[in-house]
Amino acid sequence: MTLVKSQIGRRAFIKNTSLAGGGLVLGFNFFNSCKPKVAEALAVEIEMPNEWFEINGYLKIGDNGVVTIMSPNPEIGQNVRTSMPMILADELEVDWKNVVVEQAALNTSLYSWQVAGGSRSISSSWQNLRMAGATARQMLKLAAAKIWQVPASEILAVAGVLSHEASGKTAGYGEMASEASQMVVPEEVELKNKSEFSIIGTSRKNVDGKNIVTGKPLFGIDVQREGMLIANLVHPPAFGMKLKSFDAEVVKKMPGIREVFSLKLYDEDFDRAAFHHTAFNEVVAVVGDSTWQVMQAKKALKVEWEKAGDTVVGMTLFGNEMKVNHPAGMENSDIHKTKLEELNSQKGKVARRDGNPELAFKNAAKIIESSYSCPFLAHNTMEPMNFFANVTEDHAELLGPTQTPEWMEPAVAERLGLPLEKIDIQMTRQGGGFGRRLYGHFMVEAAVISQKMKKPIKLVYSREDDMSQGMYRPSYFATYRAGLDKENNLIAFHVKAGGIPESPLFANRFPAGAIDNYLAEDFTVDSNITTGAFRAPRSNFIAGAEQSFLDEVAEEMGKDPIEFRLELFKRAAENPVGENNDYDAERYAGVLELVREKSNWKQSESGVYRGVSAYFCHQSYVAQVLDIVLENNKPVVQKVTAAIDCGIVVNPDAAANLSEGGIVDGIGHAMYSGLTFKDGTPEQKNFDRYRLIRHSEAPKSIETYFVQNDIDPTGMGEPPFPPIMGALANALYKATGQRHYHQPFISQKTIKG
Amino acid sequence: MANFNLKINGKIQEIDVDPTTPMLWVLRDHLKLVGTKYGCGIAQCGACTIHLGDDAVRSCQLPVSSVGEQEITTIEGLSENGDHPVQKAWLEVDVYQCGYCQAGQIMNASAFLKKTPNPTEAEIDTAMNGNICRCGTYTRIKKAIKTAAQTENI
Ligand code: FES
Ligand code: FES
Repeated sequence: MTLVKSQIGRRAFIKNTSLAGGGLVLGFNFFNSCKPKVAEALAVEIEMPNEWFEINGYLKIGDNGVVTIMSPNPEIGQNVRTSMPMILADELEVDWKNVVVEQAALNTSLYSWQVAGGSRSISSSWQNLRMAGATARQMLKLAAAKIWQVPASEILAVAGVLSHEASGKTAGYGEMASEASQMVVPEEVELKNKSEFSIIGTSRKNVDGKNIVTGKPLFGIDVQREGMLIANLVHPPAFGMKLKSFDAEVVKKMPGIREVFSLKLYDEDFDRAAFHHTAFNEVVAVVGDSTWQVMQAKKALKVEWEKAGDTVVGMTLFGNEMKVNHPAGMENSDIHKTKLEELNSQKGKVARRDGNPELAFKNAAKIIESSYSCPFLAHNTMEPMNFFANVTEDHAELLGPTQTPEWMEPAVAERLGLPLEKIDIQMTRQGGGFGRRLYGHFMVEAAVISQKMKKPIKLVYSREDDMSQGMYRPSYFATYRAGLDKENNLIAFHVKAGGIPESPLFANRFPAGAIDNYLAEDFTVDSNITTGAFRAPRSNFIAGAEQSFLDEVAEEMGKDPIEFRLELFKRAAENPVGENNDYDAERYAGVLELVREKSNWKQSESGVYRGVSAYFCHQSYVAQVLDIVLENNKPVVQKVTAAIDCGIVVNPDAAANLSEGGIVDGIGHAMYSGLTFKDGTPEQKNFDRYRLIRHSEAPKSIETYFVQNDIDPTGMGEPPFPPIMGALANALYKATGQRHYHQPFISQKTIKG
Repeated sequence: MANFNLKINGKIQEIDVDPTTPMLWVLRDHLKLVGTKYGCGIAQCGACTIHLGDDAVRSCQLPVSSVGEQEITTIEGLSENGDHPVQKAWLEVDVYQCGYCQAGQIMNASAFLKKTPNPTEAEIDTAMNGNICRCGTYTRIKKAIKTAAQTENI
């Protein structure tokens, strides 16, 4: 058993006693609020109790033993609404059948990191959720001890039942819930041993499954409210343009149209955080009774745009001040390419240097060099950006899909001129996130429109709006060089990477630490095209580039690509080069060994072309083997085998689902997707021109294996995504005889056929 | 504006809308049947799939004026208790991630299986290719379709 300070329980307790004027009733008063409960979900059909007892801010217990567990984090498809409550339920020792999950609203005093970002939902709440469950379990024991007049230490709690062997007494949690809710929160509680977990590590089905397959209103775009109006926005047609004027006369007379007005999202002196950013600060809002009417009016609206000048936007990112340059002009993809190549041919900013790379390259018997690139990508969550807002004189209710409610709250408050405590942000289930909903400008836009209309409104972006004013994945470029000596040893390694507008480089990641002479440089190109985090930022390009290059080096050296990587990890583990190496070489090697075994790497079948890749990000390690077969001379992905080390796996089948999704997503984006620009305008605005992977292009089968260990959980949503691009490129090489350097690979002739 | 009497999920629904309004928005805005989803509005993603008679159609491309007497089924009406074999298979396989595309996937798969009760892998690919899943649950969708195909009454 591990003893921990029961901070969660205490915080919940302190909070409530102050609200309740010093009474002894425990728990945070969220459950008593008259807010509408959003997207409530039942694990199965459960009979509801007559009365609920709040134990702490994370849970309440019904008189019949049913437990409601709050899920604090945004649900974007990573399945935290199931896996986070599982963690708590395990420590509470409750039967999962008796658990109901409810989405918590934003509550910064109770929960930490209510963010869907950095693959950190589970890892950042792991301890808190366990503590909340263990605290409640202890309070139930204390309640039983008091009533039965026996020592609490002699009471067992198993699957929702308390028992005392000596006296033969037993009681369900429901029977003790009332008493437990009156107990003083213990100073210290015991956490289970990891070997005692009975829910964590077992596969549990998505708690929203039934609601999803029956089409229940779960998503932001589904929100309805009496008297609610629909709003659309019209934004400039190109990056580098801004609003000049508009003529709303005709449009205002169209059926169902209530109002047409321009809105400026932030003032120049607004203290902007990176997550508040928007591509277009001034837009035109069209508000009306129904979506179709608003969409028609939007098309008919006459708007004049003009060129924007150079702008510099000051913003903060995790406390660091930065200045983001948006140079004037309408940009083009071919010029982007030229600029990246030009900067790549010059010296970059040195980010890491080990040994004497210049000399080593000079002395090398052979130098291998390759360049890689990728285009901008739009996030394209299936559910486009939207938000519901109901702003009155002294209160703002906001409801919808956001990955960062906590970070958006101050922006809403400031823009509306309301104090923070008058802003109430609630989260719906979200039709995908992938980083796009970290940038919540649409929530502020909805709030501003509702304030102006004095009515509840739902702002909805069309697919075209969504795709043409994104926070895109940047376009990246990288050149790798490797130097071999006469004995065929890898003696020097050089990576130079840059992008628009940021560099994808991680200078301290593998293979840094494994090669004596190492140089990492980077560069950036300013742009007025807005970019942001996209599933596994920067890794989503650099992993594939690096892993393709290592494949090429292994081939030149005549080595098996897995063996070659393992040798490098051995070196990094036993005698690491340099400082601050940002990975654990043994765990890295572990996933490669596991994937080698599970994919039967050594006995590949004829007609099957295989590529391997391994990568570390978000504190997790992933290795993948991808198999291609040729059908009518066209490469088809037959199978992917994945090995993952993300510590303890809370919900294995759900984690496997994320692995499968990451793999399909990675193959899709590397192979098919890209956003290109002409005169500042994206050339793809909908799925007719923007290609996403489809059913027939997905791997026929995917197998995922997890490394079994006792390490606290690490990231799972992002890590499976980046490496697969390398495995794909390497398998394509085997299948076609051509290296694939530039994404999307489909633009290369060998695949097009 | 014009009046329409539509047969939706076995009930007659009377509405007064612009005749060009696509069924997608009639369902979502006017009838509050929001299970049918908007994804692209141009027949490219399949999120808005409903049944018109026995056929799976894109409701974003179906003006309300063209429906007439034909019966419409949406995800809300696919079964009374969420126990259509396709829904059951989806639950068994635990297909979804974000879940947004799944109503469209299920509506397309159920219409397809009705006509092709024992599909081959290639037939599934062809039938389902118009339904995008941005989360990449394609392998699970295929598994669920095969699972459903094995149940009787499909
Ligand atoms: S919304 Fe109809 S096909 Fe995409
Ligand atoms: S489950 Fe998210 S789009 Fe399909």
